[in-house]
Amino acid sequence: MSDGRVLGAYLVPNQPLPCMAPEQSPAWQSLHDSYAKVRAEIEASEADLILIFSTRWVSIIGHQMQADPEPDFWVVDEDFHQFGSLHYKLRIDADFAATYRDCAKARGLEARTVAYQGFPIDVGSISALKMLNPDNRIAAGIVSCNVYSDRAETLVLGKAAADAIKQSGRKVILLGVSALSNRMFTEWIDPQQDRIHSLKDDEWNRKLLELLGEGRLEDVSQLSREFSRQANGDSKMKAIWWMASAMGQTNDYRGTVFDYQPVWGTGAALVGLTPAKNLGGGLEYDEDDTDFFRGDRNVLSTAKQKEVKP
Amino acid sequence: MSEPGRIVTGCLAPHPPHLVYAANPEQNEPRSSGAGAWAPLLEGYARLRESIKDKEYDVILVHTPHWKTCVGHHLLGVPHFEGLSVDPIFPNLFRFHFDLQVDVELAQAIHDEAEKEGLVMNMMRNPEFRVDYGTITSNYLVRPAFDLPIVAISSARTYFDYSDEAGEREMLALGAATKRAVEKTGRKALLLASCSLSHRHFTDEPADPEDPSFEHIYNENQSKWDHHVMNLMQTGQTRRLLEEMPDFIAQANAECRDGSLTWLLGAMDVPNMEAKIHGYGTVIGTGNAIVEWDLAAAEVQA
Ligand SMILES: [Fe+2]
Repeated sequence: MSDGRVLGAYLVPNQPLPCMAPEQSPAWQSLHDSYAKVRAEIEASEADLILIFSTRWVSIIGHQMQADPEPDFWVVDEDFHQFGSLHYKLRIDADFAATYRDCAKARGLEARTVAYQGFPIDVGSISALKMLNPDNRIAAGIVSCNVYSDRAETLVLGKAAADAIKQSGRKVILLGVSALSNRMFTEWIDPQQDRIHSLKDDEWNRKLLELLGEGRLEDVSQLSREFSRQANGDSKMKAIWWMASAMGQTNDYRGTVFDYQPVWGTGAALVGLTPAKNLGGGLEYDEDDTDFFRGDRNVLSTAKQKEVKP
Repeated sequence: MSEPGRIVTGCLAPHPPHLVYAANPEQNEPRSSGAGAWAPLLEGYARLRESIKDKEYDVILVHTPHWKTCVGHHLLGVPHFEGLSVDPIFPNLFRFHFDLQVDVELAQAIHDEAEKEGLVMNMMRNPEFRVDYGTITSNYLVRPAFDLPIVAISSARTYFDYSDEAGEREMLALGAATKRAVEKTGRKALLLASCSLSHRHFTDEPADPEDPSFEHIYNENQSKWDHHVMNLMQTGQTRRLLEEMPDFIAQANAECRDGSLTWLLGAMDVPNMEAKIHGYGTVIGTGNAIVEWDLAAAEVQA
């Protein structure tokens, strides 16, 4: 058996502004500077793959894995186009993408690799890689965030990532590209005055960060639905579900909150989680667990249902 | 300009990239099999093109759900765009080399009029911007030559950030501002609301995406809503359609939640005229109608 494993995971912001225009806001500058600490940790690790789940890459047909070995293009943010374009040249681990696809299919998920010249890789992934892996020393992988998937499907996608990591022998850093509270200001603001959209969002973010700082990732995963309801969590906090699931659904981590700042009203945090033994105490389970995806529950459909496998 | 401008025709012109794929234009990289899954919609678009071919218009305005903006409503503000638009959702079907002109003067006028309505507006002036597939697809299907300038308006997230009712009010205001801008600049405009009706997708795809045996509506609920909404259009009950819009959005996951249809109705002053349904069909489970409100013909009759 190969010794593929997850070395650690980081939650990073979904917005490009700390990467594109840090000088415009003390909050963005702070995040920009804090990325350097995360980068140093990743560089000191033995990682040979950075695997990203990004809430900014939305998919409909199941789950897409980026598999263009050398994407070379640019992307312009839909809102923040006046801050310029993000030109990129990345190194993607195409073999791992294929393995991940196969492992996802083996767990009943719809999955496919994509490799097309000019494919618009999402601004969240590009920003994270520019800040954390600017010279492409470590290969990257990116998986999409299905718009219809809920917790069960996302857990299965996380478990498939764990299967693929084991099978491929890669030593992996996981990145969850996601905001905490994801309520943006809907008008132009002075970036100098950026703040979390509401006190309530801020309080919920801080509660989540308190738990993450204690390494209690699975507790945060269990809390995600409530957090999303209360604080407009980013995409139901699927990035947390995916990370927690891919790492084995425990609270046994050393947690580090590197930074927490507003980006255009959203809660933007840099959090690190390193596996460590028996730090997080017992688990509080409110949510169900699942190992296999059996398709969308379209009970009103008169059409043929997806075949149910064991 | 001496003569005041006007909206010649308003259309619901949905944008499944599948339809461009099926038409196999040279600008699109992938080739389709021609197996025919979306024939009713392609035929519907052919009927729409036939219906508008003798109309006089000098600009096409499109409101697109696939340029999603959180900070207000954005308009393309660069006179010429050229490049490759790969759909991040269906990259296997849509990799389109676009080359299009923008009526920046009209876009700016809409921007200014809408600001007067209290809306947050922004001109997009980055020449490297990737024009979204909604804008390209609706334009291609209505006028494949791309020989007229366009105006493209983004879909603000008001419905999602606040409520469906707040979104509706904003889109009606944006529509009214669009109408005034068209009149003031003397344009003869064709308007396209680039959205589907019911909008729940299947999350898998057959080996040949155009396989007709796979294609059908997601479920009966979606189908019933679509036909109800088309009936309201056909019988001129656009007020009632607006009243029911929040229910339609909530119950059928309608893509109207991106605001395009309400913008169009607002720009046309919520006309109580009977609309012409040129086609209806499903694409990967979603319901799509091609509908025309022929304002010019209505004027002649009046
Ligand atoms: Fe769409």
